[in-house]
Amino acid sequence: MSEKRPIISMGGRGPASGGARRTLPMPARYAINAVVVLVLLILGELMIDGGAINRYQSTVLEQVGIYIILAVSLNIATGYLGQLPLGHAGFMSMGAYGCSIFIIRVSEALGVGARDFVTGTPMALVVVVAGLIVGGLCAAVAGIIIGIPALRLKGDYLAIITLAFAEIIRVVMLNIDDVLGFELTGGAAGLTGIPGFSSFLLVFGCVAVVCFLIHTMMKSRHGRAILAIRDNEIAAEATGVNTTYYKTLAFVVSAFFAGVAGGLYAGCVGVLQPAVFGFMKSIEILVMVVLGGMGSMLGSAISATVLTILPEALRAFSEYRMIAYAVVLIIVMIFRPQGLLGSYDFSLSRIIERVMNRDFPWSKKDAAPAADVAEGKEVSADAER
Amino acid sequence: MALLSVKDLHVSYGAIKAVRGISFDINEGEIVTLIGANGAGKSTTLNTVAGLIKPESGSVEFDGASVVGVPAHKVVGRGMALCPEGRRVFTQMTVAENLEMGGYTRSDAENKETLEKVYAHFPRLKERRGQVAGTLSGGEQQMLAMGRALMSRPRLLMLDEPSMGLAPILVQEIFDIVKQLNEAGTTILLVEQNANMALSIADRAYVLEIGTIKKTGTGAELLVDDDVRKAYLGG
Repeated sequence: MSEKRPIISMGGRGPASGGARRTLPMPARYAINAVVVLVLLILGELMIDGGAINRYQSTVLEQVGIYIILAVSLNIATGYLGQLPLGHAGFMSMGAYGCSIFIIRVSEALGVGARDFVTGTPMALVVVVAGLIVGGLCAAVAGIIIGIPALRLKGDYLAIITLAFAEIIRVVMLNIDDVLGFELTGGAAGLTGIPGFSSFLLVFGCVAVVCFLIHTMMKSRHGRAILAIRDNEIAAEATGVNTTYYKTLAFVVSAFFAGVAGGLYAGCVGVLQPAVFGFMKSIEILVMVVLGGMGSMLGSAISATVLTILPEALRAFSEYRMIAYAVVLIIVMIFRPQGLLGSYDFSLSRIIERVMNRDFPWSKKDAAPAADVAEGKEVSADAER
Repeated sequence: MALLSVKDLHVSYGAIKAVRGISFDINEGEIVTLIGANGAGKSTTLNTVAGLIKPESGSVEFDGASVVGVPAHKVVGRGMALCPEGRRVFTQMTVAENLEMGGYTRSDAENKETLEKVYAHFPRLKERRGQVAGTLSGGEQQMLAMGRALMSRPRLLMLDEPSMGLAPILVQEIFDIVKQLNEAGTTILLVEQNANMALSIADRAYVLEIGTIKKTGTGAELLVDDDVRKAYLGG
């Protein structure tokens, strides 16, 4: 709470109606969010170190983070661009294999041992980050190859072609060694020997970075162009948006982050088998996005969390858990077809601004009392409570 | 020299010929209208000029340079803006955001200036600037679509059926605004089924029938032309 006071004194006056609405300057917004993220990360790490979260739970947490990245990245293509790709697992597997193979080969060449990845030496960290980027790039290339033909199609057709493409990737991963005589993916036996480089900090650091990058992209002119295409493609083209370019861009960015998530997944599980990245995986990710609310990053994140933890929590009822899962989905779709959060997105700065303006949902005052909220005066947000 | 010059334009959708050899000119400062029944090829012609459809043959020259094969998003930068049929506003964005999108090819400073002008023409849009466009009435959406097109500061504004689905009183309002815009210096190409209205404000008009031009003349001439009256103006 201590960081609130200086921010308020920095608060400029909004240009909007009335001229009295106080707003936060952009650097302050970024600073607040960065602080909150850091605090949460440190808190989580302390809980793991202190033993409040056991090994099994922290592995589940890593899975949660990975699914958040997958859901949030698919949300670019479904929620923001308004298409329905069904091949997200394909991009994930491209990233997983690309990242793993890179890390295995490079760590051999550089002499970085498996232990270094667990303890996190600087060299190992550099290799991991490079590996994740390589994984993302592999997926992005796949995204370009599939995106350019697929985005000429709409709706069902796009769904089918992306679905087919993900299957092609899976089959290629399965057979490429046998057919071409490589020693690359390990085929059906799986790719083993991947160092376990994923950790709570790495995964959630990536979650924060990915969410930040997507958020800034969507707030920019490019993001606006993507939203315009979703709303009306012809009108977007008529206002000067290069629709082909932006559709491909959104698709490729979506694939890139799925690739990063795939890399993290590889570092978490340690073994990759093509069968994991089947059709059901794509559906699972899509369900998370639809359930959370298309176009809502927070919605995707929440439903990714719930849908990853729920099956784990229901392990005790092993036979019934998939039924419970399905029932939850059916109920949500009947009573809230727009998803849990619709297209609402959470903004901490917006809430702080509301507090600064004393603009609460329960106060009926239509204008903020500007007179006594003078600059420099001690206006504590906490005093309002 | 004409601002827009279309010569012997042919457009097909697969095997179906929609436009079969249309030629027309628009001079700077005019209101020119293309009228005709459903399926006469009016919208196809407009969409082709705007770059949304590629013609089979023929030439389209804007300000002396060919725009055939130039994609629609680049045509905007040359000074032509299309206000597409059926309004097509960005339904999930606010009015202000829609207008901002309209100025996509322009700088922020230019947009700020243009926005004031657009609000001056459409005071209703200013009142509703924070409202989500999908919740506007049909007439307001039409105004928004026109305002959005104006945000690119076009020399030629192309309007596709601005009166479609609107109450008569709103149609009158929209056409008054079209006239105002023209008086403020924008050249206008208007495609309409409401021939009566279109002819009453147009400097010149072309009557389209099954993809060809049947007749041409000034708006006033065609309003009293027997054939036109019989076919489009109800006797």
